[in-house]
This record gives sequence, structure tokens and C-alpha cells, in this order.
Amino acid sequence: MDALRRTLLKGAGATGAIAAAMAAGVLKPSQVLAAEYNRAAFEAKDVAGALKGVGASSTAESKDIVIRAPDIAENGAVVPVDVVSNIPNTISLAVLVDKNPSPLTSAFDFANGAVAEMALRVKMGQTSMVEAIAKTADGKFYIAKKEVKVTVGGCGG
Amino acid sequence: MSMNRREFLQILAAASAAGFALDSRELLAAQSGAKIYDLPRFGNVSLLHFTDCHAQLQPIFFREPNVNLGLGAAKGRAPHLVGEHLLKAFRIKSGSAEAHAFTYLDFEKAAKTYGKVGGFAHLATLVKRLRASRPGALLLDGGDTWQGSATALWSKGQDMVDACKLLGVDIMTGHWEFTLGAERVKEIVEKDFAGKIEFLAQNVKTTDFGDPVFKPYTMREMNGVPVAIIGQAFPYTPIANPRYMVPDWTMGIQDEEMQKIVNEARGKGAKVVVVLSHNGMDVDLKMASRVSGIDAILGGHTHDGVPAPSIVKNAGGKTLVMNSGSNGKFLSVLDLDVRAGKVQGFRYKLLPVFANLLPADAEMAATIDKVRAPHLAKLEEKLAVSEGLLYRRGNFNGSWDQLILDAMMDVKGAQIAFSPGFRWGTSILPGQAITFEHVMDQTAITYPYSTLSDMSGEMIKSVLEDVCDNLFNDDPYKQQGGDMVRVGGMSYTCNPNAAIGQRITDMRLGGKPIEAGKTYKVAGWAPVAEGASGEPIWDVVSKWLRDRKVVAPRKLNNPKLVGMGGNPGLVETR
Repeated sequence: MDALRRTLLKGAGATGAIAAAMAAGVLKPSQVLAAEYNRAAFEAKDVAGALKGVGASSTAESKDIVIRAPDIAENGAVVPVDVVSNIPNTISLAVLVDKNPSPLTSAFDFANGAVAEMALRVKMGQTSMVEAIAKTADGKFYIAKKEVKVTVGGCGG
Repeated sequence: MSMNRREFLQILAAASAAGFALDSRELLAAQSGAKIYDLPRFGNVSLLHFTDCHAQLQPIFFREPNVNLGLGAAKGRAPHLVGEHLLKAFRIKSGSAEAHAFTYLDFEKAAKTYGKVGGFAHLATLVKRLRASRPGALLLDGGDTWQGSATALWSKGQDMVDACKLLGVDIMTGHWEFTLGAERVKEIVEKDFAGKIEFLAQNVKTTDFGDPVFKPYTMREMNGVPVAIIGQAFPYTPIANPRYMVPDWTMGIQDEEMQKIVNEARGKGAKVVVVLSHNGMDVDLKMASRVSGIDAILGGHTHDGVPAPSIVKNAGGKTLVMNSGSNGKFLSVLDLDVRAGKVQGFRYKLLPVFANLLPADAEMAATIDKVRAPHLAKLEEKLAVSEGLLYRRGNFNGSWDQLILDAMMDVKGAQIAFSPGFRWGTSILPGQAITFEHVMDQTAITYPYSTLSDMSGEMIKSVLEDVCDNLFNDDPYKQQGGDMVRVGGMSYTCNPNAAIGQRITDMRLGGKPIEAGKTYKVAGWAPVAEGASGEPIWDVVSKWLRDRKVVAPRKLNNPKLVGMGGNPGLVETR
């Protein structure tokens, strides 16, 4: 089944479903971003600035936001981070890497009761807290954190 | 079983061959040693486990560490007990065969009395005896089996694959296996192992879709009891070893996935759930506290020979955590009494494999001889005689590592040398010849390149801090590596309790402080980056040994430790 899934995806790429979408202008990431880009938040150089940028003046810690990320990154250039908010009426999720030059890595809005879950790859230059901030429909912000270690590696027993 | 006449004669022969005086008290000690294999059957489910043999097919010497520090909650707790502290905690009689097996105490003298340990031919005899008394028993191999010797390296693990099939291994998991490359691993698992040995790992997935690379667990029925065995490979192989060996695989501890698999196995009727783990003991202890429904974790990686299980409480009950030593020195025997759908009781013994007390299995011995025959001249080349004891294990340094550091600095003209904190590698007694095979026991890896590079003082500090954090981070899940990198040429102070960035201080070279902005010539080996090159470390060391012919005892360059006074994981020797 896995082999079949791979083949199908390869086939889709080659024969054109995705390519066609690009050509038709359905997928133009740069334009989409340009329209909604929260410049102040994404270009903030520290966590406080990024939080302010997304409108989170105060946040409450919540165990209902689950961050799945490695304890130690296998490759700091592409660290897999999955976030799900189980808080009812979550309308947006943002992910911060505290020690990155620009901490805010991404922010997603969830419309019409969509499940607030996202999976992304972030770049990390050093060991840092990864923070996920959820916004609910009533304008409240919740936060969860997990440390991800980045190491030069080697020397394994 | 008491020692029979033949075994007694073997001890006599071994003793006189070694050329030391026989003392009746010592012989009695050796004799009583044979009784340790007289292990009555208990219960109805039996698991035999060895781990981290590092491809040692022949009997060897292996000195346990005198530095194995535990910090915080791990302080004074197994496996972080050495010497007399370990004997006391496990009520082992000082001077006994077991005291020799589990500690470094009086190592040179005791090693002469009790002889070499391990060896697959001797292990095979022990496995056969235990299987005869325990019908249906499974033999589990915790991994680090296809790496660690010259013949394993030269045959790409084939000698060990064949030996394990002959030994009757049922199930294994891995770590250093992966340094043979993903393709070779798949070839062995899919062809050599097909229908004979199951290679299990719940925590190895493809990087693209997260599909399992290996079967995560297996269900076996033993005397009518369904038993699930779950594999847990070394979670940090892509970090601790070259990433390019397994570019498409991702690992990690993945205890949520572990919980799902435990639940699935229980759902399918498993009455016993055992994890065959290569996490390392501190990680196993933490995992046991977080995941419920595991009866026992048979672990490895950290090479801890722990005489009794640690019992860990969790939401579902209790989990036994064991670690079965290394280098073929031990065999774990876990007997479980399973009735009314659950484990009612257990017996556990970590048996030292004394080669002189267990006759060699003829078929295994012949197989090993065949593997070695084409290489014998090369393996047995005597490079030099060691005047001192050579060993590797310990958190900060070992005399074998010091020898490697000294050789690198001399041959390469370096001011400073780094050698990885590997835990494998056999020991050499004073007066023993160092053969090429012994050098390979310390160095046989698929990325053996030696290097000489310019490093700033700042970079040296950050490397030491990084490696030190991998050993002493207060969260076991964030400890990825082996022991501390061995350091030659320069001195430093280490405070293991401090945070990363603050553990390493007072770095000096020739008495002068190492300057952050100044450049130093640093020799090293075993680089994990792709595309590295350099003369294999075994050639560097062999060259140095041949030139010397006699090697004086090494002076260990150990850091000055801060805050470790009274830690039962530390005994300063000499």
C-alpha cells in the first residue's frame, strides 16, 4: 500500500495534477503570502515582538495544545514540528522558535471549525524552545512549549 | 551443576599457560564460579538476552568502569554505581567471581584468576544449557552486534550474521548495524535473516511519509502464553553516527508510538510485553515511567552490567528495566511466571560468561576459526607489548584512549587530540602483546578517518560543551551519545552539574590558558560529516606501536572534576 501511495504521488507530479494547478495559477504561494503577510510579526527579532505582532499580549499555558517535535533534532535545517490544538474554537495557530533570528516561523488560520492541526519543518540554528500559540474565537491566546536540542553530533557510544 | 573434572583441568591449563602461580584460594573461587550456571527453571516464559557484543567472537578481557556518574535523580542509582558501591548495592561478595565480572576492582589479578570472558563458542554452550532447561525460551540480541572487530568490518557484518544464526538468535534490534549503510542492513534483514531472525524497531521510520522501515513487534507463543516483543533501536543513530549512512530513515525515542504498540499488542492478546531496547539504561528508566503496560525492558547501549532489575512504577503498574553489559561478557536470563493472564513473579540473573568455565561449542568454534583463517597473519601481528593495563570504559578517559590520543598527537604533530567516547573496545593486561586485532577492537568502524584541523579556542570549548551536554543533560531523553570525548594535550575542569556552556572551564595547553581567538592544531578521528577523508586511525595507531615495540603505562589525562565528591559513580584510581 505504501509503495502504491508513493507511485501515485510520483505519477501525479509527473503527469500533471500539481503542475497543472501551478500553471493555472491556483497555487501561487508568494501572492497568497503577499496578501495576508503579517510583516511586523514575522520580522520581529525577539519573542515579545513576535507575540505582539500576532496580537497575543497575554497567553495562558495550556496542556490542550500538543507539540510533537524531536527531543534532539536529527538535522537542525529541517526539524519536523507537528502542532494540534484541542482547545474548542481555535481559529489560529502560530509556531515560534525562541532563539531563531526571527522567532515566528509560521501562522495559520483555521476557518469554519477546521481541525487546528499543522505539520511543518522549521530551521533551527541552536537548542531552543519551540512555542505554539493558539487563538480562540473569543480572542484569547493559549501557549505550549517544548525544548528541541540541536547538537553537532558524533561520538555515539 | 558443579564443575566437572574436565572444566577443572581447563582452568588449570589456562592458569598455567598464563604463567602465574596458582593459589588454592583463587582456584576455589574459580570453582565456585561454575555453580553460577546452575540456574533452576522458574515459571513458564523465559527470555535470554545479550547486547552490545560488538562483534567479539573470541573470548576477551573487559574492564568495567570506575567512573560512571549519575547526576540528579540518577545519582547513586543503578547503573551509576561503580566498584565497592556496586558490590554493596547488590550484595555481591568482595573478591568473588561476580565481583570481578561486575566491577573494575583488582582487575589485573582477578582477570588472571578467572580468565577471559565471552566468546561466541562459550556463549553458545551456555545458551544450549539454558535452552535445555527452558523449553521455548527466546534468545534476544540487543544490537551493536555487527560492528567492533576487524572481521566484522571486513565482512560487512557477515561473520556476525552467520554466528548469530548459528547461536540461535530469535529477535534483534540495532544501532551500529546502521553504520554499514541502509542497503546492507536491508539486505541482511531481508535475505540472511528471512525465516530465522526477526529484526524489530518500532522507532525507525522513513523521512518522507513516516512509514515503518522494520517490523515494530512480534507475537510469539511460549508454553501457551502469547508474548509480544517490541524492538527499540538506538534513537539517535542519525545524530551520533554519520547521517549519510541512513539518509532516508528517521528515529527518535517515540514513546507515544511505543504506547500505541503496547496497547495494540495487549489488544491482540499478549499476556507479556517485553521491549528489546537499545535506548541506553537512563532512557529506558524514563521510558518505563512514561509508558505503561510493558512488563520488562531488556536494554543495552550504555554497556551497563547491572546485576538486578530496576523496578519502575508507572500508570499501568510496574516495569522491570535491565541492562545486560557488553562485549559478549554477559547473558541475561529472565524467567517469568505467567498465570491467569498476567506476570505473577520473576527471577532474573545476569550471568557472566567465563570462557574457562564453559567449554567451547565445537560447531561454533569451527565456524569462528573459518572466519578468521584467511586473516590470521594480519590479525595476530604483534605490534608492541603493553607494560600497563589498557581499557576504554569510563566517562572521561581510558588508557586505551590515552594511547590513541598519544599516537595521534605524535604521528600528526598535533597540539591537542580528540577521540570519541565510544564504550566498546576490549582490555589488555600488563605484559600482553598488542596485536593488530586488538587495535581494530578499538577502532573498527566504517568512518575511521583521522584528521588534523585548525580549531579556535572558542570552537574547542563549544565542542567540549556540546559533547558534555550529551552525557550530562539532566533529561535522559536529551543525552544522545556515548561517554565524554577523550582529550589529549590540553587540560580542563568539568562541572557536570552545570548547564551547557558552563560545564567546561580553565582550558589550558602547556599550563597557559587556551585563548578563544587563537588557533590550535587538533587531531581527531571518526568524523560524522559526509565526504570526510584521512588515513584510517588503525594505521596511525599501528604505525606508532610498531615504532615503539614496548609501550609504557599511559598517564591518563582526566579533567579536574567539580562537585562530584561522594558520588558513588566515581572512584579515583591511581
